Amino acid sequence: MSAAPETISAGSARFTRFFIYGALIILAIVYLLPLYVMLSTSLKSLDEIRGGDMLALPTDPSIAAWMKAWGEACIGVSCVGIKGYFWNSIKMVVPAVVISTLLGALNGYVLTKWRFPGHKLVFGMMLFACFIPFQAVLIPMARLLGLMGLSNSTTGLVMVHVVYGLGFTTLFFRNYYEAFPDELVKAAMIDGAGFFKIFWRILLPSSGPIIVVTVIYQFTNIWNDFLFGVSFSSGEASPMTVALNNLVSSSTGVKEYNVDMAAAVFAALPTLFVYVVAGRYFVRGLMAGAVKG
Amino acid sequence: MTTIEPMPVIAAERPRKSFADRLRSGLPKLVLAPSFAVILIFVYGFILWTITLSFTTSRILPVYKWGGFDAYFRLWSQPNWYVAMQNLAIFGVLYIALCTAIGLFIAILMDQRIRAEGVLRPIFLYPMALSFVVTGTAWKWFLNPGLGLEHTMRNLGWESFTFDWLVNPKMAIYTVVIAGVWQASGFIMAMFLAGLRGIDGEIIKAAQIDGASTVSIYRRIIIPLLRPVFLSAFIVLAHMAIKSYDLVIALTGGGPGNATELPSTFMYSYTFNRNQMNVGSASAVMMLMGITAIIVPYLYSELREKKQ
Amino acid sequence: MSFLEIRNIRKKIGSVEILKGIDISLEKGGFLVLVGPSGCGKSTLLNAIAGLLPPSSGDIVIDGQVVTDLHPSKRDIAMVFQSYALYPNMTVEENIAFALEMRGVDKAGRAKAVAQVAKTLQIEHLLKRRPSQLSGGQRQRVAMGRALVRQPRVFLFDEPLSNLDAKLRVEVRAEIKALHQNTHATIVYVTHDQIEAMTLATKIVVLKEGIVQQVGTPAEIYNRPANLFVADFMGSPAMNMLKGRVVAGGIQLFGAGGQGVTVKIPPSVTTSIPEGSQVVLGLRPEAISDQGSADAAAAASAHIDAQVMIVEPTGSDTFVTGKLDGTTFTGRARAETVVEPGQTFRFVFNLDKAVVFDPESGSRID
Repeated sequence: MSAAPETISAGSARFTRFFIYGALIILAIVYLLPLYVMLSTSLKSLDEIRGGDMLALPTDPSIAAWMKAWGEACIGVSCVGIKGYFWNSIKMVVPAVVISTLLGALNGYVLTKWRFPGHKLVFGMMLFACFIPFQAVLIPMARLLGLMGLSNSTTGLVMVHVVYGLGFTTLFFRNYYEAFPDELVKAAMIDGAGFFKIFWRILLPSSGPIIVVTVIYQFTNIWNDFLFGVSFSSGEASPMTVALNNLVSSSTGVKEYNVDMAAAVFAALPTLFVYVVAGRYFVRGLMAGAVKG
Repeated sequence: MTTIEPMPVIAAERPRKSFADRLRSGLPKLVLAPSFAVILIFVYGFILWTITLSFTTSRILPVYKWGGFDAYFRLWSQPNWYVAMQNLAIFGVLYIALCTAIGLFIAILMDQRIRAEGVLRPIFLYPMALSFVVTGTAWKWFLNPGLGLEHTMRNLGWESFTFDWLVNPKMAIYTVVIAGVWQASGFIMAMFLAGLRGIDGEIIKAAQIDGASTVSIYRRIIIPLLRPVFLSAFIVLAHMAIKSYDLVIALTGGGPGNATELPSTFMYSYTFNRNQMNVGSASAVMMLMGITAIIVPYLYSELREKKQ
Repeated sequence: MSFLEIRNIRKKIGSVEILKGIDISLEKGGFLVLVGPSGCGKSTLLNAIAGLLPPSSGDIVIDGQVVTDLHPSKRDIAMVFQSYALYPNMTVEENIAFALEMRGVDKAGRAKAVAQVAKTLQIEHLLKRRPSQLSGGQRQRVAMGRALVRQPRVFLFDEPLSNLDAKLRVEVRAEIKALHQNTHATIVYVTHDQIEAMTLATKIVVLKEGIVQQVGTPAEIYNRPANLFVADFMGSPAMNMLKGRVVAGGIQLFGAGGQGVTVKIPPSVTTSIPEGSQVVLGLRPEAISDQGSADAAAAASAHIDAQVMIVEPTGSDTFVTGKLDGTTFTGRARAETVVEPGQTFRFVFNLDKAVVFDPESGSRID
């Protein structure tokens, strides 16, 4: 399974192994450093940060900065911490993920098992929608949300994320169902199951892996979104990423690096948690999104 | 052909297609229709809308008064836009080249029957799970000249160590490259690793029997076989580079001055802050054209290959 | 009256006509095998009968009812697929009961029907398992169970044995045959394997390029193939096709290099063929034998000495390929026949079993 050619010469082999492990360990340290610095800074006091060494472990670790970031930090004019924004993101992510995944599954089902003339064009158009720079739809979307009375609302953001996530969820399910045997659908048809029965009883129960992949992909993307958040919401209605940016880039008062870092950790926690719990699926999702067709 | 018996023609009743039957045959399209309509309106309709705006005289609000190519002339006479384009060129080229090179390098190292692969792989990949805003925030702190890396190195005794790229207009765009590469290279590594694992082991055995060294096996056989992965990596990275917005905002805010302006930040500030909606739209159209030029040929070839 | 009728079915996919006007009828309780090389349209035809692929024109009639426009589930048919198409997320029991559930049969009724089918097929011990935990043969049985439980008007089988290994294939083939004999079900069965066709069918339809080549009982197809294609396709080793010319008193074979051998016109030919006509004489390998095993009762036979090219012992018989004046032919000799390549061997041609074809049209001459 591994493509690695085995090194034949024994003399240079040891040196090669040494080099490989050395390089990998150094690289791993470099990749971990920003996370380590972020975490250790968030556990330090401001005095320790100013006087001390960024790479040093906190001498007196405290979660004071975390508490402050969560409940007291000032974002804009209100000083109630990031907790409200955290919940905003949750309230935005959950419905957007559920709706876009469900629609993607149905679309993928139709595009593979109920093909019609032109299905390829329809899919191609949906696929291209994954790639457009969102700047090209930003102004009309802002106008439309305004007209619908949804600007600066979680509902509006849910709608935006569903709309622009559809291409990806459809792609995931289409590619998965493409490999699902047609004969099973035919058998179910002869057995008397209709369009929705076949979907519900035959395809969906076998879709576990792709559902996990899609949910993780959508969750990560929507949670991490900044552009839509900053364009279509402001103040109290902002999602987490926008609040974090406002907190970090505000220039009023004393710069509290530890609070900034603690807020960044909060913003990173949900996706990191998903990554740690279901990393395998996470990577598969990224790949599925990257390798098209 | 002699044994076919003549068929007795029976006047059997033929059931008509009922309304329910017709509904049933149209149901799949009915299910797909809302999604497709949404894509048509919110993607293609909105793109047309944006294109329309770029030909108007819209400033703070959309007005539908014909302005011709005025917005495009104004766009291409903005020094800011040239800065953005130049930055995109620097960022794009370095980001794609470094992510690919580092990703491939780590993937090859990881493919040497590494014991701790299960520990190492998530370390290289976790940055991809983070929001660009978090990445920007972390690196902004890490590269902070007063308290970050520079401060630390001086504390360690390297008194003359200077790393002020974040506040140096000439160098600031390279900090965006560093943070961007840190975030995406692990993912490119995973793509290459998957590609390496997909190569038929017998080809490599054959090359070994033919007497090829490890280096030449990689150079002559494995890397050429990874061509599709290179293409996919390029597409992913190029498209991420053009869309990059959050990272710049969080890391440098487009500054110092306009030193890290990118087309994406340009579009946003002209549209929403500087009240030049037509110029903002024109810049969005330029971005769309850039991405279309990369994506459409790729999608076309991918969908065509599928057919064969 | 016939139970299943296929009337002038045509199917175009794109610009390619896959079925070019098929007419077949099958009586109730018949076992119809559609056989032909890949791409002949046999699976397309089966899908058309099932309703999975609507024909471009023509009609399907089951028991006097035109079902051409009916949804597959309303045709009262069941189908066994090549890949078995067992629902991977359901147990064997649920797989078999699914069609009944879709038709609103209550739980008790389903359990009873499943139990009965499981007993018939001896798969009671597998009912709680999932398809992934079954062997190929077991899956095949479950797929049959799923079809049987419905008690449909017509069973459709789409190459159901092609995913089984050789030994199992023979076993399951016998089981299907027994099942048909016990249940008197009406079956349409698609295969590319002519042995399956011969062993199972009460009626064989040979298809080629979307056109019916011949319809008949296995014996008719085998002994009196309608044309050169059917003659060549059915039977293994294939029928010997010997070019010849009609002369006074018979057919001259092996005439390319000189005199050749003149044999009597086989009794299967009842019309008179003009002298000088080119013909093809078809002889099955079992109609060419050694002197010891030749049919003594044969009315017309010929003794021909030829050089032996290949000797293939199969255990039960030995096939001997001979060559005369550039023409090769294969005969079936007794297993204990001792013969070496290069030797001259005396073959006995049993002309009672020969058929004659017109090389121009390919059709059989009667």
